[in-house]
Amino acid sequence: MSDERKLRILVAKPGLDGHDRGAKIVARALRDAGFEVIYTGLHQTAESIVNSAIEEDVDAVGLSILSGAHMTYFPEIMEQLKAQGVEDVALFGGGIIPENDKGELEGSGVARIFTPGTSTEDIISWVRENVQPRSLDI
Amino acid sequence: MGNLADQVLKGETRAAARLMRLLDDEIPQAFDELKLLYPQTGRARIIGITGSPGSGKSTLTNRLIAGFRARGQSVGVVAIDPTSPFSGGAILGDRIRMQDHEADPGVFVRSLATRGNLGGLSRSTRNVVHVMDAMGKDIVIIETVGVGQDEVDIVGTAHTSLVVLVPGMGDDIQAIKAGILEIADVFVLNKADRDGVDRSEREIRMMIELGGVDPDGWKPPVARTVALRNEGIDELLEFIDGHQAWMADRGELAKRQKRAVEATYWESVKAELLGLAERRTRELGLIEQMFPESGEPLDPYTAAEQVVASLMGELENGAT
Repeated sequence: MSDERKLRILVAKPGLDGHDRGAKIVARALRDAGFEVIYTGLHQTAESIVNSAIEEDVDAVGLSILSGAHMTYFPEIMEQLKAQGVEDVALFGGGIIPENDKGELEGSGVARIFTPGTSTEDIISWVRENVQPRSLDI
Repeated sequence: MGNLADQVLKGETRAAARLMRLLDDEIPQAFDELKLLYPQTGRARIIGITGSPGSGKSTLTNRLIAGFRARGQSVGVVAIDPTSPFSGGAILGDRIRMQDHEADPGVFVRSLATRGNLGGLSRSTRNVVHVMDAMGKDIVIIETVGVGQDEVDIVGTAHTSLVVLVPGMGDDIQAIKAGILEIADVFVLNKADRDGVDRSEREIRMMIELGGVDPDGWKPPVARTVALRNEGIDELLEFIDGHQAWMADRGELAKRQKRAVEATYWESVKAELLGLAERRTRELGLIEQMFPESGEPLDPYTAAEQVVASLMGELENGAT
């Protein structure tokens, strides 16, 4: 019976690109860091990602996007989270994302974008420092 | 107090999800909310699905959801995956196979990690099922971790337990007969398009006969399915209906519900007493006394007696 609450993180891949190696590596690294990872796999729609985030009551949502559609999916998912009243979930992600876009996304409410070359240790320590377990009420 | 419970009863999905989270994290206030919901439970039919890893439990669950939805019944799913004993983390991947229902508000899927619990379920499973029941889900499906022989806790929670096997296990069925085979209300021979399906079915039926058939008892039927291609699901649903009708006839459903309430009671007693004992152990410094820097260490048996005696003394003095 530990007093420390376990973090729950959704790892998902929106859209059409079929490269899930990165998402799987991150999911596994987060598990090995002691987090509970809900992994929903390839080809997710924004709706299914937001629905999973709500039903699983996760603390953070991590998206992997390699298709170049990051400027579509991040704002769309952020908007839907807000519309459903769960904008307090930390939204983060990674993929082939240019510096300019990273700045724009982080400026508009995405908690953190990780670019190619990021180590899994960096992602884990960011989660430890920035993601909080859900509050006792809604 | 009562805010989350009220919202759950109004059908607010986010409140239900949050309450499940707090119950899973064993936050004391969450149990006060659960007490308020408890009178609204007992209506859902609870179906357990168990079987070895890779037998197709999640795909089968996905098909069963569709079957129940086609009849107009709402469905809750609790899907359990193992926690890594080394890191304490877990990858919960059962939703991958249940994507068909993400947009359906009549379906609620929740993944849980075992968090060190043995028996194929998490400690929180029963409580999460209660929340789904109170939400008004007609059917709650519990998918256990992939099991071997001993993970049979599902039988104390579900009304109807399905055991999923695949052809070609051959003599292995003999070897596992003492374990999960005894808990089956319905056998599912999934991936039934594979070689060896006839032989596997014969072996299962022989096992059932060898188990001694009670003429008044339930004889588990064997359903052949190919969940991936959506074959055999209607027959499986009929077998589940048949079992439920049999239970209702014989008063067996009431018996199983009573058994589940008793199990919930004993689990709660254990958790409460353990919590008290942990606090008192700290107050009395018993762990320190077991590892003193000098002098004779206290042995763990005496320490356990001391903590119980201390709690008993408190009870007898009327203190709280």
